[in-house]
Amino acid sequence: MGGMAAPQVAPVETPDTDEVPVSDRPWVTIVWDDPVNLMTYVTWVFQKLFGYSREKAEQLMLDVHHKGKAVVSTGARERMEHDASQLHAYGLWATVDRS
Amino acid sequence: MFRRQGDRYVAIFAVDEVRVLRKVASEVVGLLTDGFDHGDPVVGRLFPEVYPDDSASTAEFRRYTEGDLKTAKIDQAGAILAALPDEAGGGGGEVRLDAEAAEAWLRALNDARLAMGVRLEIKDGTDLGEELDEAVAADPTSSRVFQLSVYAYLGYLQESLLNALID
Repeated sequence: MGGMAAPQVAPVETPDTDEVPVSDRPWVTIVWDDPVNLMTYVTWVFQKLFGYSREKAEQLMLDVHHKGKAVVSTGARERMEHDASQLHAYGLWATVDRS
Repeated sequence: MFRRQGDRYVAIFAVDEVRVLRKVASEVVGLLTDGFDHGDPVVGRLFPEVYPDDSASTAEFRRYTEGDLKTAKIDQAGAILAALPDEAGGGGGEVRLDAEAAEAWLRALNDARLAMGVRLEIKDGTDLGEELDEAVAADPTSSRVFQLSVYAYLGYLQESLLNALID
């Protein structure tokens, strides 16, 4: 090797925070828009089940209504499945997914 | 329609209303017992696939939760049947609910509306008034006219109970 130092290429060093391994990402409960549930009822269910303030519950309901869906809770998979089954008892259309 | 009286939620129902409520609550119970079929879109809506892209995980979730969910839905429809005035007493009359029964009614009315909404093909932006006008124009004696009227009625009733609860 001559005098010029070859550029050192470090093997994958900088962790990219956007690339958290799939297994470490939390789970989410998603509520989807449907044409039957009353807006006031959906807001009430969010307050009732999650203890959200009126304002937060209303905002989530509006997200569901206008964007077609909203994440209503985040956490461990078992907890999200519990939330989803509670939401199903109230007739909301809820699914579970990775965040 | 419901209103609050102290810690009770009270409504006076005419005989026809009692008949309709008994019918829809019984239909929900029927759907969840003898008529239970995952292939029925109404059952699909009341028991949504919790993992839409993963049927194995959905099946696993159902194995653990579906029995309880079914029981809860049958019980809440039963709360409507239990509180309705006796047919022997002439049919109409007062319904008086405590907070727990009122919440069971809310969920049961919602289940009944979801079931009817699927059968009536209610979509986002469906104008119930227009649907009803069209159905009446086509045949005023049709079952669709009756079903649409009941669906609209249950919506008003649910809203009145909800307003009384959060008042």
